[in-house]
Amino acid sequence: MTLTVTDLAITRGCIPVLEGLNFSLQSGQALILRGPNGIGKTTLLRTLAGLQPALSGTIDGAEDQIAYASHSDGLKPTLTVVENLTFWASVFGTDDVQPALDAFALNELSDRHAGNLSAGQKRRLGLARMLVTGRPIWMLDEPTVSLDKSAVQMFADTVRAHLGQGGSALIATHIDLGLDGAVLDVGPNKAKPKPIDDFDGGFL
Amino acid sequence: MIALLLRDLKLAFRAGGGFGLGLAFFLIVTVLVPFSVGPQSSLLSTIAPGVLWLGALLACLLSLDRLLALDWEDGSLDLLATAPLPLEAVVSIKALAHWITTGLPLVLAAPFLGVLLNLPVPGFFWLVISLLVGTPAMSVIGTFGAALTVGLKRGGLLLSLLVLPLYVPTLIFGAEVARRGATGMETQTPLLMLAGITAATIALLPFASAAVLRINLR
Repeated sequence: MTLTVTDLAITRGCIPVLEGLNFSLQSGQALILRGPNGIGKTTLLRTLAGLQPALSGTIDGAEDQIAYASHSDGLKPTLTVVENLTFWASVFGTDDVQPALDAFALNELSDRHAGNLSAGQKRRLGLARMLVTGRPIWMLDEPTVSLDKSAVQMFADTVRAHLGQGGSALIATHIDLGLDGAVLDVGPNKAKPKPIDDFDGGFL
Repeated sequence: MIALLLRDLKLAFRAGGGFGLGLAFFLIVTVLVPFSVGPQSSLLSTIAPGVLWLGALLACLLSLDRLLALDWEDGSLDLLATAPLPLEAVVSIKALAHWITTGLPLVLAAPFLGVLLNLPVPGFFWLVISLLVGTPAMSVIGTFGAALTVGLKRGGLLLSLLVLPLYVPTLIFGAEVARRGATGMETQTPLLMLAGITAATIALLPFASAAVLRINLR
């Protein structure tokens, strides 16, 4: 299961943000995305997840393989923790939510309404969702926001176990998770503004 | 797909889910109409089919802005778009859930509210039939409107303006079925037109809704 990205250029709100991206992600590998705020890490993840089209370039091996976790967790406040997880499990065609509850220590909270959870607990539930998708490539957008130290450790262990099972992960984060993955700094790929051509020059 | 339907129904029936909002609005409209037009029973029975249909339509409109907006706000719409379900199925299920929680209760409540408006006896059957055939179209068209305006702050106003003209054919033929039924006339032609509109919206609009949703999620 290899995700290959070739000469990818992406846009946010019709403005090119990143260009000339080339990387590949083998199974068992983690790739850490780094770069300053606003450089286009989220846009890159959304493009790879198929939520928006790329400006140019190709993405191979992403079709139906990606589990995407955005900034928001997609939880329903009036459903309990278990009901939220079970829903996502059945959408993705799996049914066992117990490993996910165990991995993020959610057993004690399982009958609580998601609306009554703290921000960190919600995040843990949102990350537990990745486990019930059963998909090999995880795309995580700043997964450790509002997590405490032990929860970050829990998350890193889960990712490590996922990689051990032949999965892969693309993680946009600013902290060091202690994962032995390659680091992709997208800073140098910042899209350059187009030079003024004759057509534009005619107006100036 | 079943899981999504069950979740939407569960959410609607739980606290703050908005179930009963449309029903309460329908009740208020039909209860207040006799007070505003006066108690002449002959006048009331003339306008009853139209008032009941208009009340049902507005009640349907009331809950549309939450149809996709809630899922958009908490991020689950993005996650659903990356799930194995095609977006066409997602919007169809959403429309079905909306119909079960809004349209179906209106259909069931309409005969009781018809009594308040002195609806002639033969009209009850045709009122229920016309609403049963017409309300699914209102949910499907409403889902299309919701998909068009998802992500807009205070999109409810734009949504109503976009959806109302699309509701007009359903309203015309639906109310016509109920009116003709109440006066003992032939109802086949408007009923066929109404059923045709509903069938066409169910067949075509999910594709349009999914297409605009894809663009809106970018």
